[in-house]
Amino acid sequence: MEKSIGLINERIRDGNARVVTAEEMPAVVADLGVEGALTEVDVVTTGTFGAMCSSGAFLNFGHADPPIRMERIWLNDVEAYGGIAAVDAYIGATQPSDTREADYGGAHVIEDFIAGKAVELRATSHGTDCYPRQSITTELMLEDLNQAIMVNPRNAYQRYNAATNSTDRTLYTYMGTLLPHHGNVSYSGAGLLNPLSNDPDFSVIGSGTPLFLGGAPGVVIGEGTQHSPGGGFGTLMVTAELSRMSPEYVRAATMYGYGVTLYMGVGIPIPVINEQVVRNCAVTDDQISVDLVDYGIPSRNRPTVRKVTYADLKSGSVEIDGEEVRASSLSSLRRARQVAAELAEWVTSGKIEVALPTRPINSTKKAHPMHETIRAPRVGDIMDRRVIRIAETEEIRAAAKKLLKGETNHIPVINDEDRLVGIITTYDISKAVVWPGKASVVRDVMTRDVITTTPDEPVDIAARKLEQHNISALPVVDDQRRVIAMLTAIDLGKLFRGKHR
Amino acid sequence: MKLMITFSKKEGRKPIIAQAVKDTGVLINVERAFIDSSEGEALIDVPDDQCTLVRERMKALGASVRVLEHGITLDEDECVDCGACVSVCPREVFSMDAGGKLVVDEERCVICGKCIKACPHRALSLKFE
Repeated sequence: MEKSIGLINERIRDGNARVVTAEEMPAVVADLGVEGALTEVDVVTTGTFGAMCSSGAFLNFGHADPPIRMERIWLNDVEAYGGIAAVDAYIGATQPSDTREADYGGAHVIEDFIAGKAVELRATSHGTDCYPRQSITTELMLEDLNQAIMVNPRNAYQRYNAATNSTDRTLYTYMGTLLPHHGNVSYSGAGLLNPLSNDPDFSVIGSGTPLFLGGAPGVVIGEGTQHSPGGGFGTLMVTAELSRMSPEYVRAATMYGYGVTLYMGVGIPIPVINEQVVRNCAVTDDQISVDLVDYGIPSRNRPTVRKVTYADLKSGSVEIDGEEVRASSLSSLRRARQVAAELAEWVTSGKIEVALPTRPINSTKKAHPMHETIRAPRVGDIMDRRVIRIAETEEIRAAAKKLLKGETNHIPVINDEDRLVGIITTYDISKAVVWPGKASVVRDVMTRDVITTTPDEPVDIAARKLEQHNISALPVVDDQRRVIAMLTAIDLGKLFRGKHR
Repeated sequence: MKLMITFSKKEGRKPIIAQAVKDTGVLINVERAFIDSSEGEALIDVPDDQCTLVRERMKALGASVRVLEHGITLDEDECVDCGACVSVCPREVFSMDAGGKLVVDEERCVICGKCIKACPHRALSLKFE
């Protein structure tokens, strides 16, 4: 049996459409069966509310007198993209303010416009015969703009990998605060309520699909950037007008240590036209699984700790290596439910109708990683192989002499098997002076907790270690923990002389 | 009642907490402390009816004392019930009710501040008396 989109819209217009949310649908299908649910339900509403960094808005400010062709544009000191001529701009959500950094950004500008606040526009230009003006500053409210059209390149992820952290240091990521030693699990997404989890084969969602975006009626443009439905990570590019949005569903946020992002409420009404749609919308949280990924490994291919389902994640704890670890979300299930409920109200009251795609979205493709023509430099490319080592049993005086020669400020300390056991600097030598008699050999004063690197580690990762631990040298060790070189801030300078880029 | 005690440099190594316990006879629970050679900060819990006694004694011993009327404070207008605070809290102050609304049990809070950083919406803060 099939049900036509025309019939569903007729029922919506008559106020007779039967609408349930994606959270209610599994019970409906369990109760009535697939065929029964197809007869009984016309529309299933979905919803999600979470951080959607890849968001922004096109703005048209109208022409000033004398006119200006704006080249660089700031809104409340947040730079907007001006490469689209004259008085158009694109304000991106994650762009930080020039003056307030991560405390304020593009997302806040968007939120301020929607909340009815005035925003300062500042722009410069080199001036042309047709656009003579070189600078402008003015205050604008949303209603002063000709257009303010949100166009989000990548929203409504089908699902998202959960995050944890195996290292001994707290990480501040776009997945929130990740405590050391798998201290917590962070996840995002509404599971069974997520729009694309209810149409994983893109049979009813495509270009032209009506949707709820930030409280406004909008439309799906097509596939989103990084769309990767082949791996279960589809995304959507979506649009709606800022003027019809509500601050309830558009919230600027700052992820500590990461930066500005925008929380968006997105929902799609799914027309129940056939049994396949019914089955897709009956999906439950335990059927949607994601990888729990270790963000402690700073590589694109972060290792997977285990598979988890949204049922596991929503339960509030996940088992890792035999221990229960608290799990919490970054997205709001409560607001996701509000989106689905409000959208259900829109459909029931006839505020929006449903539609089939005017252009389908590819349901099998996979996003691929960046094609890099120049390999990122590795520690091995710039490290200094002339290492001065010292044995842990040598007298402190011997270490002091080596340091005084001025060839190095850091001497790796090795044991009788040549393995790295510590590091000694002038600071450690001073300890021997302050506590005379207590220390006689290198082992007594050396720093034992040595941060190291390896020849194949990317230089960017090693440089971050130097910065994070506030140190100026890293012993480079092989897999036997033998010191084969040193990496210092001076070696990093080699990169800028152009030899290795 | 929770008190935040700050020791400044000039008191040096005087055992202020121990001295205050000895002088007042009030059993103090140290919930969190950060003390190094020059300064320090400690969060202590004292019975409500003996709060003034302990507070005055500590002040006399040279510490500065702030009463924490509240643990962490939630700004309901900013909170979107995301839950970013829930798993970072060492004391399980935060939980979600059946409707997905954030519930704060501020009695349990030891003002560690982890949730303040973790909140993407700047909805959590500390209020001193």
